[in-house]
Amino acid sequence: MNFFKRFAQNRGALIGLIILALVVLLALLAPFLYPDSPWRMVQRPFLAPGEVAGFPLGTDTMGRDVAAGLAHGAWVSLLIGLISTVVALSIGVPLGALAGYFGGKIDDALMRFTEFFQTIPNFALAIVLVAIMEPSTVSIVLAIAIVSWPPVARLVRGEFLSIKHREYVEAARLVGQTHRDIIIKQILPNTLSPVIVLASLMVATAILLESSLSFLGLGDPDTMSWGYMIGAARTVMRQAWWLSVIPGVAILLTVLALNLVGEGLDDALNPQLARAR
Amino acid sequence: MPYLSLILGRVGKAVIVLLAILVFNFFLIHAAPGDPAAVMAGEAGATDEQFLEDLRERFGLDQPLPVQLWRYMGGVLTLDFGYSYRQQMPVLDLILERLPATLMLTGAAFFISLSLGILAGTLAAMRVKRPSGSLIMGLSLLFYATPLYWVAMMAVLVFSVVLDWLPAYGYATVGAGYTGLAHAGDVALHLILPAVTLGLFFMAVYTRMTRTSMLSVSQQDFVKTARAKGLAPGVIQRRHILRNALLPIITLAGLQAGQMVGGAVLTETVFAWPGIGRLMYEALMQRDYNLLLGIFFFCALLVILFNMLTDVIYRLADPRIKQSAA
Amino acid sequence: MSEPLLRIERLALSLPQGADRLYAVDNVSYTLNPGEILCVVGESGSGKSMTANAVMGLLPQGVDVAQGRALFHGQDVLTLSEIEHRELRGRRIGMIFQEPMTALNPLMRVGEQIAEVFEAHGLLTPKARRERALELLEEVRLPDPQSALRAYPFELSGGQRQRVMIAMALALEPELLIADEPTTALDVTTQAQILHLVKDLQTRRGMAVMFITHDFGVVAEIADRVCVMRMGKIVEMGQAREVLEQPQHDYTRALIEAIPGDAVPPARAAGDIKPLLSVTQLDKVYRSSGGWFQPKREVVALDGIEFALGRGETLGIVGESGSGKSTLGRCIVGLNTPDRGEIRLNDVDLRALTGNELREHRQRIQMVFQDPYASLNPRIKVGMAIAQGPIANGVPKAKAMAQARELLDTVGLDASAAERFPHEFSGGQRQRIGIARALALDPQLIVADEAVSALDVSIQAQVLALLDRLKREFELSLLFITHDLRVAAQICDRLIVMQKGRIVEHGNARQIFLSPQHAYTRELLEAIPGRQNHDEAAPATAEAV
Repeated sequence: MNFFKRFAQNRGALIGLIILALVVLLALLAPFLYPDSPWRMVQRPFLAPGEVAGFPLGTDTMGRDVAAGLAHGAWVSLLIGLISTVVALSIGVPLGALAGYFGGKIDDALMRFTEFFQTIPNFALAIVLVAIMEPSTVSIVLAIAIVSWPPVARLVRGEFLSIKHREYVEAARLVGQTHRDIIIKQILPNTLSPVIVLASLMVATAILLESSLSFLGLGDPDTMSWGYMIGAARTVMRQAWWLSVIPGVAILLTVLALNLVGEGLDDALNPQLARAR
Repeated sequence: MPYLSLILGRVGKAVIVLLAILVFNFFLIHAAPGDPAAVMAGEAGATDEQFLEDLRERFGLDQPLPVQLWRYMGGVLTLDFGYSYRQQMPVLDLILERLPATLMLTGAAFFISLSLGILAGTLAAMRVKRPSGSLIMGLSLLFYATPLYWVAMMAVLVFSVVLDWLPAYGYATVGAGYTGLAHAGDVALHLILPAVTLGLFFMAVYTRMTRTSMLSVSQQDFVKTARAKGLAPGVIQRRHILRNALLPIITLAGLQAGQMVGGAVLTETVFAWPGIGRLMYEALMQRDYNLLLGIFFFCALLVILFNMLTDVIYRLADPRIKQSAA
Repeated sequence: MSEPLLRIERLALSLPQGADRLYAVDNVSYTLNPGEILCVVGESGSGKSMTANAVMGLLPQGVDVAQGRALFHGQDVLTLSEIEHRELRGRRIGMIFQEPMTALNPLMRVGEQIAEVFEAHGLLTPKARRERALELLEEVRLPDPQSALRAYPFELSGGQRQRVMIAMALALEPELLIADEPTTALDVTTQAQILHLVKDLQTRRGMAVMFITHDFGVVAEIADRVCVMRMGKIVEMGQAREVLEQPQHDYTRALIEAIPGDAVPPARAAGDIKPLLSVTQLDKVYRSSGGWFQPKREVVALDGIEFALGRGETLGIVGESGSGKSTLGRCIVGLNTPDRGEIRLNDVDLRALTGNELREHRQRIQMVFQDPYASLNPRIKVGMAIAQGPIANGVPKAKAMAQARELLDTVGLDASAAERFPHEFSGGQRQRIGIARALALDPQLIVADEAVSALDVSIQAQVLALLDRLKREFELSLLFITHDLRVAAQICDRLIVMQKGRIVEHGNARQIFLSPQHAYTRELLEAIPGRQNHDEAAPATAEAV
């Protein structure tokens, strides 16, 4: 059975994929559906969903359109989730590969370094980094990447450690392939499937992290994000519960979808393991 | 003396990590935008030039960087974390004052998440491919995907605002003047929502991990041996599968406990719980970097202590480690 | 003849959809009498263990009973409820498995695990259980049973763990013992001891044994009757002696001839006297780094190894696990670095070379690996796997690929195999691909490290014949590393016997088989299962491992 068939057999993964596609669509269409800034006051504040035509999700404490915020927030969430994961991978994969392949002192040094970052409480570090660097999209991406690369490095290192002793790698050494070729052509392709699975889960975690930072007021002040919307609605929860419920559901669905897709990828890429489940 | 050398090894490693965090912290202060003295004083207090001059002199900010680092480390090692000009108190006092509340919250959340998570994971592993097992996994996926702070807010909305069963804010009822048992009961009542909502996410993590671990252990040869003995399924699950499956959970719990301290920032902010997480939020709002980094260092310290504790527990649980370390 | 203890009647077990055939076992019938040892023999995938698993109620998920009965004392055990079956397991039927390293719970003391058998059936008090456990450990002749009782499995060797497994299986004096390849994972001398123990206990207790194995040597050692299986069907059944001496079915004959237990290497013409490879004073010690406060540990893998290998010669290196034979092979090809000593190829000391010069000389030595499933990169096509060596050394890609196709033809595969991925090939075919890869760099010496150990015996013979043919065709020398003296007998001109990092005996293969000089060599030869011309007296080595 090929990969796509196995993936399609997983009902949860398909549902996840559909939700994800909708969120991506929403993010892509945001500039066309709501060309105006989502920060602009457009109506009277505290409109409940459906109260006034044209504002299906109502308005917030400042009279801003919740639906516009949601659409622009989708863009921000996905973008930050994706880019910070790519940055984290580009730190973690090379470090893990070098540590696992060369072992010995290089491994010791790199793993001490990784352990150090793993010891520091994740979220606290992200807060401190963003606060020190001043909140902006770049600082948020960097902070999330810095707290999320260690698991990648450990995973890749583990894979390299086990694969480098496989006989086909030893055969490649014997025929005189260079270290670079062995790392890139022989080992790396065989570590990809767990890395892809981890990456899809990391995007989900990154979206959660970004929303938490925005919730605490550490979001980029120029972009609308779901976490910010919830944070702004916190004090008016008793009067306007929907202001916190709607963006919360959006985060929940997106993160859930990414997790479902990740599990589906895992099952499809590692069929032996899936059968045991 | 294998144990002594073991403990020395662990402590040595922890000290190195702590020193590394100190250096890291020091450079963060210097990486903060603007004059370090202004950073220390907090932005608002930085208007008075004479005050800043005093600060510079007092903290040796006019000295070369290595000297400053040396002084800074010396200060921290003698438990001097600096002074919060915003709160007009030494950082250490502020932290120590708030620490018990955080320990209570994270401790309760840790206990709830670990015990319920292992229980739910075990049930899910035993009921694999059955509706009840799928339900547990579905719920745990849901909790795993929900933002911590949002769960907290929704819990307040449902249990405090709508149902009015539990208090929504704070550590104790203000002005009630309870003492003794009544006070403890009051605090416990205030603790329920924060502890449960903080624990939910981690419970989901433990549930998934326990299930995966149990399913993989149940494939191993010794489980077949146990069945060939004629043991009852319950005994096999408990004595053979669960015991082995818990080993990776111990490691994970050690790591997650540290993350819980970070997660407490969100929970304490929503529930106005007077712990160091809330203090961190306040420091953040006021750009009180000195306090922020002090708290950060303290969080890291807690995590290191916890990791050492897990290490000890792991060694007690797995006879193979004891041997290879001896 | 008395009523059989176990009667299998027209049993068929269905495999899950998508398997290579419909039934794991298909219409199988046989009987097992009280006090008898029946060997069920077959290669991997023959379905030889499946019947036993069905009797125990331990069938893997997806495998189901499609038809037939399994009568134990006249009662069909296939229809028992789980609770009834549990009563049977351990108490009336005991079972031991192939992998002693993983068959015991790593977190429980050995004594507890044995006592658990009594507990499972609600027998004895905790104190009495412990006493019985001690007696059982004495009975299976574990050294120092008192401390073994308190030991964790990881503190015991493979052979010792298998003894614990046997003690556990026999705890409740079952009438039937099912042994599923219990000696396959063990060294040959340990295997001999365990076989001896099983036979001994069987005679003393008068129980029946169903012994599942792939090795006709083992059959010759202990079987009363044999049942040969292939692809889920019984191809031959009968008294052990008759089947061994006059096999009726071609398949049985092939299995018996593939690895004869009493083979003696034929006298071979001496190879070229000019040495290709000479090794002097090679030492290697493995040191675990230990860490800050932990003591270092040292294992001597090679200790003063010296030998020479002539052109066109096949030299066998035999030894058990831990003898250092693999380390020696890896040092010669350059995967490990020895601490001291010289490795000279064509009279050039390889250890004194560096850079391109070293690369050039290294290419003259290639390796064929043990595990056909791990020796080919699953993501690289077979043709590329063979061609990548020449390409890495500057041969144009098109030329290297053309050469790869030729080599596939040489090793007996179709040239079109070059375009396929490794997973499309069987173990034997993969091993041929591995050989083609080794040949691609036009080597003078091939080191074959347990190159046929992972293969079924019928395939082993083919691969050995191929190696022998290629050796002559390409004028190669062969360094053949193996734990199996029977395999060594078939291909080697000279032999080196290693034990604990040292060479204990060295000489002409035929002479070593006929008149071994060192005590350890004699022990190894005596331990070969199915060796008929060995001393009938009980081997003096039946001490516990």
